Amino acid sequence: MNGIHDLGGMHGFGPVTVEADEPVFHADWEKTVFAGFAQLAGQGLFNLDEFRHAIERMGNARYLTSSYYEHWLSAYETLLVEKGIVDGEELRRRASQLSEDPDAIPRPRPRGDERLAPRVRTLIQRGASTARRVEAPPRFRVGDRVVTRVTNPRGHTRLPRYIRGKRGTVEMVHGAFVLPDTNSRLEGENPQYVYSVRFEADEVWGEHADGGRSAIYVDLWESYLEPAAEAGRAR
Amino acid sequence: MERHGHHPEPISEVEARVRALESLLYEKGLITPEAVDTLVSAYESDIGPLNGARVVARAWVDPDYKRRLLEDGTRAIAELGFGGMQGEHMVVVENTPTVHNVVVCTLCSCYPWPVLGLPPVWYKSAPYRSRMVIEPRAVLREFGTEIPEEVEIRVWDSSAEVRYLVLPERPEGTEGLSEEELAQLVTRDAMIGVAKVKAPAAAR
Repeated sequence: MNGIHDLGGMHGFGPVTVEADEPVFHADWEKTVFAGFAQLAGQGLFNLDEFRHAIERMGNARYLTSSYYEHWLSAYETLLVEKGIVDGEELRRRASQLSEDPDAIPRPRPRGDERLAPRVRTLIQRGASTARRVEAPPRFRVGDRVVTRVTNPRGHTRLPRYIRGKRGTVEMVHGAFVLPDTNSRLEGENPQYVYSVRFEADEVWGEHADGGRSAIYVDLWESYLEPAAEAGRAR
Repeated sequence: MERHGHHPEPISEVEARVRALESLLYEKGLITPEAVDTLVSAYESDIGPLNGARVVARAWVDPDYKRRLLEDGTRAIAELGFGGMQGEHMVVVENTPTVHNVVVCTLCSCYPWPVLGLPPVWYKSAPYRSRMVIEPRAVLREFGTEIPEEVEIRVWDSSAEVRYLVLPERPEGTEGLSEEELAQLVTRDAMIGVAKVKAPAAAR
């Protein structure tokens, strides 16, 4: 979707502000939110692509005025309610109760499933690769000239807007990975090769004012690309 | 609200939402305190930029390791015991006198957790994510990093599930330092690519 999350190349956000001696977490609630992802996704309640798309759906204005871990929180609320795992009314009722009186609901420290912590530890150590084996050979090879598709899907995609319809050169073939576009809708993993494609800055930005030489490398799934020579025919 | 006869510290709207969701998930057994503690302590105490710094220092002192690292980042990083969540597929890109690499994620905030820990707020912010691809020199200048016009800047937009680590240039004047001492010089920012590694005298 053409949402505000797709920030590459936008103007008007001002300078990058760096916090000196930044802590890993700025508040206890951030820890709770951070720890939610590995537990909930690790139990298969949603996948990474659904999670990212849920963040993208939170609304452009809210996205910009809320913090990173608020984005995560919003995604949990959206997905868990949509999937019927938690009741939206109950969630809102509890939140408003707690706003009025933080003691309204005691903080439980239940035992819970003792297998979850070891599972999470394994996930930290081994990760959850989305690489998949595919039988067909890659369509493109290192050095091939390609052009990115011009497309504006309403759903989730990992083809940034600033790079659509641009010509580049394949620099690396990374192997095949789950396609976010369909996996985010639970329409299948559809693994495809992912390529690191190099785009010259002038190709992307025209006469850009940055001065000096630069290039952008973007990792793109095979279906985002066409051979450069076929570009006219493909559309 | 006087019904409890005391005034508890008020909490923010976000905290209330987190507490509400947390309470429901605890009741359903979908999260546990032990799993929360496992995750938080892993990224607060164990997994951070020192991991990446060890990889860089090893590459600086061991040409064979450096070759393996640039050929297959995931495997070479695993040799030092690092890997896992958000670092399942690693590519290491080398800075040279003619090429400067820098990493961004314009679509979200992808970052190589096993070697750098969790990303700083600025890396996740709209200014960094919007500007690094269109005006890398200007952004690097704000970090105090001046890249000459003739040096090519390569901006890596980590838009898929591959994560990038920059192998910075080893600063001059560090010939006599041990691998351990070298690792102490390597900063998180240098491995993202927004800074260079400074020699010990300049670092002080």
